[in-house]
Formats: sequence, structure tokens, C-alpha cells
Amino acid sequence: MKPVNEMRVQFPSRSINERLARSVVSSFAAGLDPTLDELADLRPAVSEAVTNCIVHAYPDCIGKIGLQMRMYANGRLSVKISDWGVGIPDVQQAMTPLYTTGGEDRAGLGFSVMESFCDKVRVRSKAGSGTVVTLDKYIRSRVTEEV
Amino acid sequence: MEIKSWLEDDTLTVCITGEIDHHSAAGWRTSIDREAVCAHPAVLVMDFSGVTFMDSSGIGLVMGRYRLVRSWEGELLLTGLSDRLRKMMTLAGLDRLPVWGKKGEKKYETC
Repeated sequence: MKPVNEMRVQFPSRSINERLARSVVSSFAAGLDPTLDELADLRPAVSEAVTNCIVHAYPDCIGKIGLQMRMYANGRLSVKISDWGVGIPDVQQAMTPLYTTGGEDRAGLGFSVMESFCDKVRVRSKAGSGTVVTLDKYIRSRVTEEV
Repeated sequence: MEIKSWLEDDTLTVCITGEIDHHSAAGWRTSIDREAVCAHPAVLVMDFSGVTFMDSSGIGLVMGRYRLVRSWEGELLLTGLSDRLRKMMTLAGLDRLPVWGKKGEKKYETC
């Protein structure tokens, strides 16, 4: 299926950009006329993925984070968050709730939040070359409106 | 980061406002800990009624403050949680801790 709209942005892995990433995705998603609840699901999920890049992918340097958004006629919104950082040696372990390598004030719930608030989460990672997280969220309100 | 807080009857209330993400959490942590370590309160109340966004950094902030007040056998209470924030806290199992303050309860006046 071809996307009806798409957008790509790239920004440095500075924590100030967590908020920017949420705003960009919210603005893009507005094209699917989401409910406030759907937006409120999407924003923390994006925030978690971007925070992971900042905290884990580039622990000692500022690297690039890519954000690709696509929307489809069936109401699916797909957000791909890419980095070219250290990669995740064991994706399954990283996705385990409460598992963290981020220090005592990190809850280890980033992937749990993504999985709870999105319809589908895919993670591809290679140690040493980076990680791609894809979040899929169906904007139901639009689907209902068209019926 | 400036934080609104007050101490009354050995209860320290701190008001968190705006967005809690990884970027802002460090500032909140420093401000809350500065107040809490000075006051060593029997009860630390974290008031979330002014919070407009929170991701799992907020959960980490709560868990860290829980550990801090437990170090002097204090209690932690959370108030002013919207349904959305409560959903996020529940993900972490924080609903199993005795941390829920009742909104509107006089003792824990909200911000």
C-alpha cells in the first residue's frame, strides 16, 4: 500500500529534541484527524523511542536521529525512528519490562510504553551499526468516520 | 529549576508542572531532592495536577523519590493524577505501592 502522505526529518540526539519529535509527529498525525486520546497514546511512544536513541544509541556523543512518518488511507500511521549508534546486542532482553542499563532513575519501561500505546512495535538492531524502531498506530476515528 | 513546594506538619508537597520527559526529569529530580533532603519529611507529596505530558521518565522520577524517602522511612504520596497519568503509573505497577493520595483530601491540598 502506498502512503497518502509522508515526511522525513533528522535531528541531533540532544534531549531538547524529545519534545520536538513529539510535536512533529503530532502535527503530522493531525492529517488523519486523530482523537485527543489517540494523540496522547502516540506522544509518549515517540518520546520513548527518541529517548532511547539519546540515552543508549549515543551514550557519549551527539549522533543523528531520523524520524520518518507515513500515513495510509486505511488510517494507519507508521513512525520509524532510526539511529546509527551502538545498536542493541539483545533486543529481546532490552524489551523486557523493567530491564534497563540507564541508571537508577530510568524505569526500564520504554518499550512497554511503546507496546502499550501503539498497535505494533518492530525493532531491528545490529550491534555497532544502529537501531530502527517502527511504531504503527491505527487512527480509528478516521476509519469510523468513513464507514 | 524552580519548584513550588511547601512544608506543613512534616508533610512536604512539591508541585510538578508542564512536561515530564527525559530532558526535564533531571531538573525536577534535582529540585525535589534539594527540598526533600533539607526537610526530611515524614510524607512527601508529589502533586501532578499541573502535568500536561509524561512518559516513562515520570515513572523513574517517582521510583527514585520513593527510594529516597524510604531511606529515612518516610512515605511517598502521589496526587493530582489524571486518568492518562494513572494509566502510565499503572504500567510500572506503582498502583501496588501505597502511594496514591486522594485528590481533594484536605490534608494533601493540591497545587
